[in-house]
Amino acid sequence: MTDTPAPTPTVAKEKSRWQSFRESDFFYAFKRSPVAIISFTVVCILVLSAVCAPLIATTNPFDPASLNLMDGFTPPMEPNAFTGNSFILGTDDQGRDLYSTILYGMRISLFVGAAAVLLAMVIGITLGLLSGYFGGWTETIIMRVADVQLTFPSILVAMLIFGVAKGITPVEYRDQMAIWVLILAIGLSDWVQFARVVRGATLVERNKDYVAAARLIGRSPWAIMIKHILPNSLSPVLVIATISLALAIIAEATLSFLGVGAPPTQPSLGTLIRIGQGFLFSGEWWILFFPAGTLLALALSVNLLGDWLRDALNPRLR
Amino acid sequence: MAAFIIRRIGQSLLVLLIVGLVAFSMFHFVGDPIDNMLGQERTIEDVERLRAQLGLDQPFPVQYYRFLENAVQGNFGVSYRQGRPVSEILLERAPATLELAAVSGVLAILFGIALGVFTAIRRQGVAANIIMATSLIGVSLPTFLIGILLIYLFSVELGWLPSFGRGEVVKLGNWWSTGILTESGLKALILPAITLGLYQMTLIMRLVRSEMLEVLRQDYIRFARARGLKDRAVNFRHALKNTMVPVVTVIGLQLGAIIAFAIITETVFQWPGVGLLFINAIQFVDIPVMAAYLMLISVMFVGINLIVDILYVFIDPRLRADRTGAH
Amino acid sequence: MSEPVLSVRDLSVEIPTRAGIVKPVDGVSYDISKGEILGVVGESGAGKSMAGNAVIGLLSPPAHISGGEIWLNGKRIDHLQGEAMRRLRGKDIGMVFQDPLTSLNPLLTIGDQLSETIQTHLPIGRREAEKRAIAALDEVGIPGAADRIDSYPHEFSGGMRQRVVIALALCAEPSLVIADEPTTALDVSVQAQIIALLRSLCRDRGTAVMLITHDMGVIAEAADRVAVMYAGRLAELDTVRDVLTRPQHPYTDGLMASTPLASQGQTRLHQIPGSMPRLTQMPDGCAFHPRCPYAQDKCRSAPHPTIDGGRAACWYPLLQEAAE
Repeated sequence: MTDTPAPTPTVAKEKSRWQSFRESDFFYAFKRSPVAIISFTVVCILVLSAVCAPLIATTNPFDPASLNLMDGFTPPMEPNAFTGNSFILGTDDQGRDLYSTILYGMRISLFVGAAAVLLAMVIGITLGLLSGYFGGWTETIIMRVADVQLTFPSILVAMLIFGVAKGITPVEYRDQMAIWVLILAIGLSDWVQFARVVRGATLVERNKDYVAAARLIGRSPWAIMIKHILPNSLSPVLVIATISLALAIIAEATLSFLGVGAPPTQPSLGTLIRIGQGFLFSGEWWILFFPAGTLLALALSVNLLGDWLRDALNPRLR
Repeated sequence: MAAFIIRRIGQSLLVLLIVGLVAFSMFHFVGDPIDNMLGQERTIEDVERLRAQLGLDQPFPVQYYRFLENAVQGNFGVSYRQGRPVSEILLERAPATLELAAVSGVLAILFGIALGVFTAIRRQGVAANIIMATSLIGVSLPTFLIGILLIYLFSVELGWLPSFGRGEVVKLGNWWSTGILTESGLKALILPAITLGLYQMTLIMRLVRSEMLEVLRQDYIRFARARGLKDRAVNFRHALKNTMVPVVTVIGLQLGAIIAFAIITETVFQWPGVGLLFINAIQFVDIPVMAAYLMLISVMFVGINLIVDILYVFIDPRLRADRTGAH
Repeated sequence: MSEPVLSVRDLSVEIPTRAGIVKPVDGVSYDISKGEILGVVGESGAGKSMAGNAVIGLLSPPAHISGGEIWLNGKRIDHLQGEAMRRLRGKDIGMVFQDPLTSLNPLLTIGDQLSETIQTHLPIGRREAEKRAIAALDEVGIPGAADRIDSYPHEFSGGMRQRVVIALALCAEPSLVIADEPTTALDVSVQAQIIALLRSLCRDRGTAVMLITHDMGVIAEAADRVAVMYAGRLAELDTVRDVLTRPQHPYTDGLMASTPLASQGQTRLHQIPGSMPRLTQMPDGCAFHPRCPYAQDKCRSAPHPTIDGGRAACWYPLLQEAAE
């Protein structure tokens, strides 16, 4: 047997986080799924358009000075009979350019949805940590409240909170406050699932050695909860958050459509659809169609993406 | 088992009391009922008199107790908006919602179970895949959007079905009014029933499918096949029966949700039910109606939850208390 | 000599996987005669259950029979599909699974489960089926059968449940019963009872039994002949007495030496070094050669040995003199 020189040991190069991600199973599954790619792209386009609304909108639909009532009811792409202006997606009854209105409307829809989920997360995670860590009466009370709230569909809870908050606000401020009340309502109706998941994770982590060690050193409960327990419970929270976002967007659209959400002065997609429904029979179909179509695209793609995400991150299905 | 039932009833009553408290607090803290009932022209004496008459000068717990007392007897006060007793308004509009809920519920359950079983048994087929893909869309779309799309298709474009209202109704007895007995009533019922039932149907279908697939993987199904039982017996007698246990629970809970979601459907179709009433009440901050709706809905939800929990014990023999143990 | 009840000839089962095609059963052949109990023994993953599933036609796709023949009572059955195969199950071939708790439908009374099985295969009415159900329970030793007919599975203990399972497997009077690890999920004290029950029932009715297990003790107790399987292939096949006392295949020899009884008097428990190869990483030649203390060049290079009329699938079987 000939002697071959032993190969010099090489140190494995550290992969950058981006590279690790690109080679991960998760990304592989993403690349292979046409549904995931398409819905992700659609979501990105819509979110980007909403964020850049001031840049890409042709007009500012909320500036009364820029509106010309004679522009009203212009069909898409056709010049108006009176003013000769033409708009890509037409105008509504007040002469607002639908394209810009939709962009700003999406902005509100996304803002409310995201803020509501954030609120729900903050409340839910805090309560979950508290009830899991301290147990006893804290846990019992929080979980009982959660159970009671869960007996009712969250949209009902949101409606109620909106109604009550509206009743408390003086009439002059109602329109302005509507958006914030909406965020509060949807957020408060949604915290329970976060609390439950985080409580479960906290119960598991609480008994582990590193928590006992931290307690021995004398770290305060808050520090332990936030710095140690929380990071370990983030993974399921993320999945729930994505799906919650889809639900929050739909909830906001529904509430606005029903008239207990974003007012016509600050319309979200739901409000626009409500307005458009009134013109369905009189022939100005575009006032309904384009906002509805946008909401459809948004809701469908966020949902499909969330669904795919849940399956991809589910350890049991692997 | 009796102990379990009693405990559950106790829990339910507690929940109802809490909800009652919330409803009452709405009354107490939101807006001023005096303001709403007396006009601009009122004197201090009028206000004081009304206040004493309504018992608003009593301490909080006393008022709460009287509120509950009234509620249990069906007295919810007078609507700020319509000036009529709330109970009268509710009774008037209840049949519309109940009829709509019942019809869509039946549709949802029948089609949901049938499609769920079908897609579980024939899971590889083309039909099953198409149905599953469509169901995903059904779950993602907001209910109101479905309603509007249906209106556009069947009312505006095709003109086959009406887009709002209940059509002609026939009164049965001195309370119930039904739309089923008239042609226009039936036509008016179709689109709203589909809109309301679609979400529930998709939910039930997907649940039945996933539960049944899980059941079909169990050892006792394999053993049943190993004994040479026919496919029909295996699928329906064994698998379906075991699937229904968790499904019944969910269906029961869904029935409550239907009444709540009716709010949306009624708004889209201007269906004169209690849901539309509730939405209008929120828009006008008509507290008595809001509180009454809340209380009634709670009773319904809590009641359904309770019944489903108890039913579960009857359906699954393993949960019955008299375990005689091994010998 | 009359025809064997079951005749498995050169049976192979294949499963296409992402890593290629694997053969959990590779060229296995054995016969079982009337009233005979054949033990099929081997480690987890050796393919013994898979072979049993193939015989009764319950392979889960994409696993499928890729070669060989299965003959039952003189008729070929490996190619049967769907309805034709279903008619055999229960009536001609019965099967007993490992876990009696999960084998029974928790929502149906055992009387219902028995009656429906009986009525599926025999053209008799409900009343008659019920009577037979009670008789079946009696036969397997359930006390007070007439009362227990309306009980649910969870109301029985583990041992009783397995008796019910056996009753179910035998109630349509099949000529072959495949018992797949029937005692593994039971308490030791109950195991012996169940084995004794199986033996007596089968002797009395002349049923052929394929007893699949990883427990040599069960084989020694119950079986007449034994087939030792390794990595999907048959290693040795002969009477229990011969295989257990004078094993010819080095694997069987190692197994025998590994039992605590055999290691008595020694300081360490004997072990066969290494482990059974994964189906995706089968060695060339004989599957056992990497672990075999007697391996030669031929074992590594030549196509793997088969039993083929002999007793052990080995190029250099251990021929020992009868210990007298």
